[in-house]
Amino acid sequence: MAAEANAEAAGDSPWLLAWRRLRRDRVGLGFLALFVLIVVFVLAAPLWANQVAHTSPNKTHTLEKIEVDGEQREVVNREGKPIGPVWLGAGGKFFLGADGRLGRDEMVRLMYGGRVSLFIGFASALITLLLATVLALLAGYYRGWADAVISRGLDVIWAFPVMLLAIAFGISLAVGGLQIGPLHLSGGSIWIPILVIGGVSVPYIARPLRAQILSLREKEFVEAAVAQGAGPLRIMFGELLPNLTSTIIVFFTLTLANNMLLEAALSFLGVGVQAPATSWGTMIAGGFDLLTSAPLLTVVPSVMIFLTVLSVNVFGDSLREALDPNSKLRLEAHAGFAEPEGTAV
Amino acid sequence: MARFVLRRLVGMVAVLFAVSVLTFLIFNVIPNSDPAQRIAGKAATPNLIASINEEWGFDNSLPDQYVTMMKKVFSGDLVSYFARENVDERIVEGIPATFSLCLGAAVIWMFFGILFGYLSAVRAGGLLDRALTVFAVAGISIPVFGLAAIFLIYLTYKTEIFPSGEYVEFASDPLEWAEHLILPWITLAIVYVGFYSRVLRSNMLDAMNEDYVRTARAKGLGERQVMSRHVLRNSLAPIITLFGLDFGALLGGAILVEGIFNINGVGLYAFESLKNVDLPPIMAIVLFGAFFVVLFNALVDIAYAWLDPRVRLGDSAS
Repeated sequence: MAAEANAEAAGDSPWLLAWRRLRRDRVGLGFLALFVLIVVFVLAAPLWANQVAHTSPNKTHTLEKIEVDGEQREVVNREGKPIGPVWLGAGGKFFLGADGRLGRDEMVRLMYGGRVSLFIGFASALITLLLATVLALLAGYYRGWADAVISRGLDVIWAFPVMLLAIAFGISLAVGGLQIGPLHLSGGSIWIPILVIGGVSVPYIARPLRAQILSLREKEFVEAAVAQGAGPLRIMFGELLPNLTSTIIVFFTLTLANNMLLEAALSFLGVGVQAPATSWGTMIAGGFDLLTSAPLLTVVPSVMIFLTVLSVNVFGDSLREALDPNSKLRLEAHAGFAEPEGTAV
Repeated sequence: MARFVLRRLVGMVAVLFAVSVLTFLIFNVIPNSDPAQRIAGKAATPNLIASINEEWGFDNSLPDQYVTMMKKVFSGDLVSYFARENVDERIVEGIPATFSLCLGAAVIWMFFGILFGYLSAVRAGGLLDRALTVFAVAGISIPVFGLAAIFLIYLTYKTEIFPSGEYVEFASDPLEWAEHLILPWITLAIVYVGFYSRVLRSNMLDAMNEDYVRTARAKGLGERQVMSRHVLRNSLAPIITLFGLDFGALLGGAILVEGIFNINGVGLYAFESLKNVDLPPIMAIVLFGAFFVVLFNALVDIAYAWLDPRVRLGDSAS
């Protein structure tokens, strides 16, 4: 980072050095590949739905029969038990079986649900990082009362167990939607969980960023910029921000992982993604009623969330290692940051 | 010391006030639908909504509304219109179960978190360290409810090794109490073990470069003594801070774990209220949860000040 940018001795840009270190990290790259694979899997949803399964994620097949290896089978039997995985027995239809009484194609739902989960993860992580960076820059640059107001505000949010705060926002907004000026979101919009999750995660990023800005602000390059007559905006966004880039990139991966877990938990509780939209969290909630008769409906989406979050976490750690091998900035270096409590229990 | 405690308690009250205002804003002021209708929940009838409107004073000014809400929560006459029961009573009933769950899980996660973190740090870079790292990263990447479900499927329904959660009072049968809580304890602890061991590991690695460690070695202490007496002891502080926050947050209800294992605590109450879109209990539980976080945070700070004079002196100087 800053230290590296100053060390021009090697003659290579810090990004090139980071890339070289990253290239040697087999484990990190392996998990990156896994993540890319998952992204490709969910992006291929329409392809699979239209070309192979010939259905859509919310289409019900309750009373239908399908031919599995030349044998007629009911999608949902008389007791309401859905068909289990038939793999390729029906030409790709009901690859993972049906999702319950409604007889929807579990595989198709898994792919579409993954899109929603990943989209919410990305969008909310972007919101978190954007808000946290701006707040941290304002607090760290202006210090004094601006810092006091921002820091105390973040403290209040921090005093809530993340999960409870997200639930409070989630349920209030899911019931009535959100209306601020021209912005109108209905209660079922997936932008509600995005805003809620993005918002409640802000303090966990803004605090460590602010601390870093406070120390950067004392560095000579800021003094030099001030001497040249640079205004606050130029110092914040032209001088300080570039020095935070690698931190922000690393935080983005960690936030993505955490936010995906939080989304799953909220959706599982019914205050995240609302039907008819589907995410892995809502799929687990749906499968829960059939835990004894069709456990895969719960296990498969759980494993998908686990693999996605794991790949992001491991790759994020490799990225940190590559970008800044000497940094003390770690997943675990900040009390409170990336606390699983918020997403987990 | 007394001054520090006083200052910290005043700070705590200020944060609690801010927390209650934010809760009020979330539930009553967010510019969307009619708050009375939301509070009435699924049982809403025009009559009920009208009476809630009057009772909660939604026609009055915001500060008035805030005072009304706080009065309701703290005087114990907050009722859930959906379940038609007293909210505060239900929360108080849930405390023993939630506390049993949290305490047991906390013992497990602190023990293994510290053990694994210590072993990882002492053997940094070795095979054991790598294995524990895999375990830790997997632990923090698991969705807890997925893990709970998998435990239920394979250890309860299919093999019947463990009973399916539910809470048995300690007083009625301590053995049953523990047996029913084992799976929930483990589920809850796994996530934290991963996180705590990582925190401790990195703290210890940082501490190993400190001068006092070199001094300890120079005066001829054995490696084990250096590690446990000096490095470990000085690396535990952040773990204690984290523990205060996490334990406080958990007392507000381990919603997912209690919900899935059907443990009749505060979390299960929140879980059920969410399913029924029943707002008054959630409002109270959010306040209840935040209260414990703030309280434990203050307790940890006071404990620090007691252990380490620099903390309280530093604070009074500022």
